[in-house]
Amino acid sequence: MDIFRLLMLVTLVICAIAVSLTKNLLSSIIVYMAYSLVMSVIWILLESPDLAITEAAVGAGVTSVLFFVTLKKIHAIQGESSDEQAQQ
Amino acid sequence: MSKRNSNWGNTLQGRFLRWMRFGWEPMDVLLIDKMSQDRDESVNDALSAAENLRDLQLSEKYNADTAIEHSIMQELDEWSLSKGRKIVNRLYALLSVTLCVTVILLLLETVIAMPMRGVAVSPTNNEVSQRYIEEGMEETGAVNIVAGMILDYRAFDTLGESTVLFIAACAVLILLRIDRDKDGRPTQELIAAEEDDRSHEPKSDRILQGSAMILTPVVLLFGIYVVLNGHLSPGGGFSGGAIIGAGLILYLNAFGFAKASRFFSYKTFALITLLSLSFYALAKAYSFYCGANGLPSGIPLGTPGSILSSGLILPLNICVGMVVACTMYIFYAMFRKGGI
Repeated sequence: MDIFRLLMLVTLVICAIAVSLTKNLLSSIIVYMAYSLVMSVIWILLESPDLAITEAAVGAGVTSVLFFVTLKKIHAIQGESSDEQAQQ
Repeated sequence: MSKRNSNWGNTLQGRFLRWMRFGWEPMDVLLIDKMSQDRDESVNDALSAAENLRDLQLSEKYNADTAIEHSIMQELDEWSLSKGRKIVNRLYALLSVTLCVTVILLLLETVIAMPMRGVAVSPTNNEVSQRYIEEGMEETGAVNIVAGMILDYRAFDTLGESTVLFIAACAVLILLRIDRDKDGRPTQELIAAEEDDRSHEPKSDRILQGSAMILTPVVLLFGIYVVLNGHLSPGGGFSGGAIIGAGLILYLNAFGFAKASRFFSYKTFALITLLSLSFYALAKAYSFYCGANGLPSGIPLGTPGSILSSGLILPLNICVGMVVACTMYIFYAMFRKGGI
């Protein structure tokens, strides 16, 4: 169990650093989702399942979706526009 | 606005507007205005010649001043473009690093100053938490101590949180909603937004619709389960509401605004959130007012562990869940299109 806990904590730190270092905004949001999921597992390890459910639903679910919509609004998703150009 | 007086150009507002539009000119214009006015008034004046001379001197002085100002501005521009920018950039980097290091040190200091885990005298182990743990189930009737705490002992906090969410949803509505015009016709902006939404979103995507058809009922049912079992198992109004909201968002993504608007409009949002919040406030108003805990609500506490138990906690959980679900859905709809 200790090894699993350590692994989760290391993954959390790696995710947190990767979010800020990723150049592509889309991938940084996906890394942030991974961060939230790891965080919710850690909440369960810390014996607070209430927080774990909220973290999984809000952090990994709704917040990321809102980020995606915002990215689409400011036309920051790269792949989509290049695909459209290729089609045209 | 329509009633501009003839001297409007010389009022504070007029001068400000001219200053906004023409930069340096207003002083010039003003002076010329003044000079011409003076001249008109003093046509037959014996002192007109002297005044003219004074005006001339004034304007010459003014011109010289502006020339000096312009040269200074130019020098400043050149300086800021070449050397100044470098200095500012370096200063900015230095300041940001200093700020980061300061914040990190402050946070580390706070963490060090916190009481150690497991120490008997730390504030987390005082008699309040002990009482919550020991007698919480008996007093609130909730098996899940967390639900008993946030919806009974600390119900005021939860009311504040739900209200904050509601206010945030209202602010997003005010900022991002695109209205129809007075006659009810869609405006250009609205048409453009809908066109943009239509061209960027998947239109009847088979995979998305198929998976949403299977997933949406499951997600919604799970959300309702989490809300209704808030006093028995981990979860509660907030997390269950977020799950329901996510299910609604999934449905909206798969089937579009036309189908989603059949069951969710602005009226639904207003009705649900207002009813939930006012029920919450009314149900708890007396105990908030007198600051008392454990007032009898009139609903029997029931046997702990059954679904219909723990008095007011179940209805309050449902209220919070509905507010959260509506807020999440409104956030998504506003962010995506600016309308429902």
